[in-house]
Amino acid sequence: MQYDIRLTISHKYAQPADNGRHMLRVLPRHTPDRQRLTAHLVEVLPDPDDRRDGVDFFGNAMTSVAHFEPHDEMIIRMACRVEMAPPGRWIDSGLGYDGLRAELAGCRDLSAASPLHFLGPSPRLQPNDDIAAFARGCAKPGESIAQNVISVGKALHDAITFDATATTVDTDPADAFRQKRGVCQDMTHIMILGLQALGIPAGYVSGFLRTLPPPGGVRLEGVDAMHAWVRAWCGAEQGWIEYDPTNATLVGTDHVVVAYGRDYSDVSPVIGHLRSSGPQINSQSVDVAPVE
Amino acid sequence: MDNGQIQEQSQPLRELLQGYGLQSGHRDEMLNADGSVKPVWQQFINHLSNLSPDQLSKRFARGDQYLRDAGVLYRQYDEAVSVEREWPLSHIPVMLSEAEWKHISAGLIQRADLLEQVVRDLYGPNDLVASGHLPPTLLGQNPAWLRPMVGVKPATENYLNLLSFEIGRGPDGKWWVITDLVEAPSTAGFAIENRVAMSRVFPNFFADSNIHRLGGFFQNFQQKLFDLRGKSDGQIALLSSGPANPNYAEHAYIARYLGLLLVEGEDLIVHDGQAMVRTVDGPKPLSLLWNRVPGAMCDPLELDPSSDIGAPGLLQALRLQKLDTVNAIGTGVLETRALMAFLPKIAREYYRQPLMMSNIATWWCGHEAERNHVIANRDKMMLGSAFSTVPLMSDVDTTILSSDDDRDKARKATELLTRSGREYVGQEAITLSTTPTYEDGALVARPMCVRLFLGRMRDGWQVMPGGYARVSAGDDAKAFAMQRGGRVADVWVASEKPVQKTSLLQPQQTPAFSRAYTSALPSRAADNLFWLGRYVERAEQNIRLFRAYFARINDGATHNTPLLAHMRANLMANVAPNTVAMSARFGGPLELGLQSASKISDRFSPDGMMALRALVASSRDIDHRTLQIEEIPREISTLLRQITGFAGLVHENMYRSDGWRFLSLGLSLERAANMAQVLAHLLGSNAPDGALDLALEIGDSVVAHRSQFSIIATPGSIMEILGIDSQNPRAIRYHISRARKHIAELPGQKGGRVLTEAARKVLLLETLLATTSVDALTSDMLLQVQRDIWDIAEALSVAHLV
Repeated sequence: MQYDIRLTISHKYAQPADNGRHMLRVLPRHTPDRQRLTAHLVEVLPDPDDRRDGVDFFGNAMTSVAHFEPHDEMIIRMACRVEMAPPGRWIDSGLGYDGLRAELAGCRDLSAASPLHFLGPSPRLQPNDDIAAFARGCAKPGESIAQNVISVGKALHDAITFDATATTVDTDPADAFRQKRGVCQDMTHIMILGLQALGIPAGYVSGFLRTLPPPGGVRLEGVDAMHAWVRAWCGAEQGWIEYDPTNATLVGTDHVVVAYGRDYSDVSPVIGHLRSSGPQINSQSVDVAPVE
Repeated sequence: MDNGQIQEQSQPLRELLQGYGLQSGHRDEMLNADGSVKPVWQQFINHLSNLSPDQLSKRFARGDQYLRDAGVLYRQYDEAVSVEREWPLSHIPVMLSEAEWKHISAGLIQRADLLEQVVRDLYGPNDLVASGHLPPTLLGQNPAWLRPMVGVKPATENYLNLLSFEIGRGPDGKWWVITDLVEAPSTAGFAIENRVAMSRVFPNFFADSNIHRLGGFFQNFQQKLFDLRGKSDGQIALLSSGPANPNYAEHAYIARYLGLLLVEGEDLIVHDGQAMVRTVDGPKPLSLLWNRVPGAMCDPLELDPSSDIGAPGLLQALRLQKLDTVNAIGTGVLETRALMAFLPKIAREYYRQPLMMSNIATWWCGHEAERNHVIANRDKMMLGSAFSTVPLMSDVDTTILSSDDDRDKARKATELLTRSGREYVGQEAITLSTTPTYEDGALVARPMCVRLFLGRMRDGWQVMPGGYARVSAGDDAKAFAMQRGGRVADVWVASEKPVQKTSLLQPQQTPAFSRAYTSALPSRAADNLFWLGRYVERAEQNIRLFRAYFARINDGATHNTPLLAHMRANLMANVAPNTVAMSARFGGPLELGLQSASKISDRFSPDGMMALRALVASSRDIDHRTLQIEEIPREISTLLRQITGFAGLVHENMYRSDGWRFLSLGLSLERAANMAQVLAHLLGSNAPDGALDLALEIGDSVVAHRSQFSIIATPGSIMEILGIDSQNPRAIRYHISRARKHIAELPGQKGGRVLTEAARKVLLLETLLATTSVDALTSDMLLQVQRDIWDIAEALSVAHLV
């Protein structure tokens, strides 16, 4: 399966802005067993005065661009073709809580893939008693970690209503959980907190969803912009699994990974600073089309 | 203590020591257990005992006065507002013998080397974690471990070049490290200020004694900074978070003292991986940064995105090794309190170098055995956050266990530690030694700890022979924080031989670097200087209007008298006719001026700062009192003298740098614009009776006018003397000419290139004023002149200040 992905992000400034610098994390990851980037382009208009591409701690592609001169608008365009490997057969290693605790206690790895980065707290995620209680309520101590991840994700999906107007990009997950409304970012943050409360390493994934479902399938929530879901570590044998609480599904070939992090702050598609005296309007469009 | 037993003590000495009670269980710095004075203190205590209480209080006041004048103060935060408080100098030094200091130094230098090795590993291979010497969670869950810095190597050899340690002495006489200060080992500058103040308090003693001077340490460190910069000719800057930081005064002081550029995040840009300082002469490359902003706040793009005190892109410059830092960003992770639980063992087992001076015993509660030990010994423990990087003696959140016997609390603490032990450390509550302070005419013993500074010089680590002691406000060892009344004492290292006397007050600077560094003027600093000039001049103009207004009220005019109504409507922005509203018209600009000045205190002379503070204080004074109308002219005249004095200081005492030019430009453009407004409204045909005299009075040119014209004032004669006169420092043309000369001297204007926008505009205006006849200068034209002046200010701002 291959996708052509196009992303356009535009920032319009009411007053000309200058001395801007932005960090972009918009390009899908190259992960050998899962997705392969065959062609890609990240371009920024106006042409940046300074641009540098690199890789961050977690291995995500990042692009830093600067605009020193006054400008009214910045447009970021990403286009790429991604080849998705067929999903492997779902195997549950059956590792339970005791086994997970023992593995974590013996872990001395601090590389990017290590579960030790994902036990919380993180810049955007502080432990929350209500979310922890909810997670404990739907945990199944006798079952595998993988089954527990799915249970918590499913329960959250059922408890929280998708509502694009209820929250913003800065909403604290504790608030979103209280009002039981939010978007993919909120659900992902809440689920991470829930899993961490159970001692399960969990992190944030940003990425893209296939825009139109395969024939006969259901159009998923979150296709109009960049999407977010959860990854959880189920022990060394099974490794990381990914679950999309917004759509209550394990992640397969409909999800294309852009960045891994502890929470949104590690993977924000655009983060920046500039000097401008007026408001700005941001917009985003995404198209993920299968290549025929 | 029984003084009677010590025969050799003189009468005054006995009196001085009479109330000095040794505290049981504490060791004392000054007295032996038998009550005799230790040799290293002898000479000083004798000196002290020969001074009367009256003499002492005069000398202490001299030291305090120095600190006030130098602007040394600290900020106290009370419910979101910060108040500047007097620097709490304890006027009694802490004496250390050279032998003791050398012993301490050896221990600290070893620790500095250990920390360098450890941090190299934490941001490198992580062998300490992999080999089981350090629990991974101390990094993985530690906000001070900055992931984006992993793998980033310093541009030069080392991660650490300046360190500070807080140490204390236990009952057995051994010294212990209490806190490692790595990220921003601040207060080194305060150590100098304390020393200068103390040399004012005890000038004679100090001159004759063998107390080690501090200047040599700073000269060596300055040399080191220039070595670190390497062959590049980039700037060396100290990055501060600005006047809101409690240590800003020290940032400004040390930057000025070492000849570094004082910058804030917004002064920096990164272009093609090169960090640059935005100056009035365009961006200038930066080679070395002395970072005094918390590591996580340094770059909002890769670290804390909420930071508005960092420089976006800074990490890129570090990664490319185009910028070096005094201490690498992220080294603050070494301050993590739980590390202290592992450092002694790491030194012993991993690096095979047992510590000569250990840190206070620390147990991380993430492991069961240690946790149980802490719970069992809770009455001897201080309990705090494992990840805290706040110095132990300043941390108000520490010690939640203490020696509380309450069973309920004990149970709660046990529960807390069992549930989330990895977030806590227990530390042995050390009984600190006491040192004398002078309180109500007598010496009193108070617990103390000492902060010492280490710089990595050309030939290795060097310890500053002196330092900064913190003395508790009471018997309680927890009352060290200045916020809680703790005091600060100078540390004197006494040699048995004569010492080298490097002067502190006139630091010798190697000629090669003294000039290049201070000459670059950051745009932000220039902007503040420009506005300082404008605000002060605006205040002066409004004071003159205020005085003239109430002089007329005193003479029987009312607020409705046409001239006064005309003034309010056209010259005073329709201000309400009362003293409060009117005095706010100069009080406001003065406050703003002080704000601007305090943002550039490294570039503004201490005298200028003092004059400005005094001015603001007088203005506030007028504001807060209900003045009788008849008092106003006299009170205001005093204020006017002060403000004129300030302007005089600017012109008589400031070095003719670009900074001075922007300040002077601010003054000139504001004055010229205000005078244009005055003349436009007071010389017109519709101006009320008395307007001409008023114009001369506001223009402070009554005498000049009389001597030149010796006739009744006419609009023409006034226009000549206040409008187009080239010799009258109150006239529009005088200031436009001066502005033109200043602008011609600004960077980027020399060398016969095409005139800049500001230069072109000011030349046009000067020409207009020089060539237009008095009669042709109508009110409309004058208002246009005023607008032209603001255009010049705008053009300057675009070219140099933003």
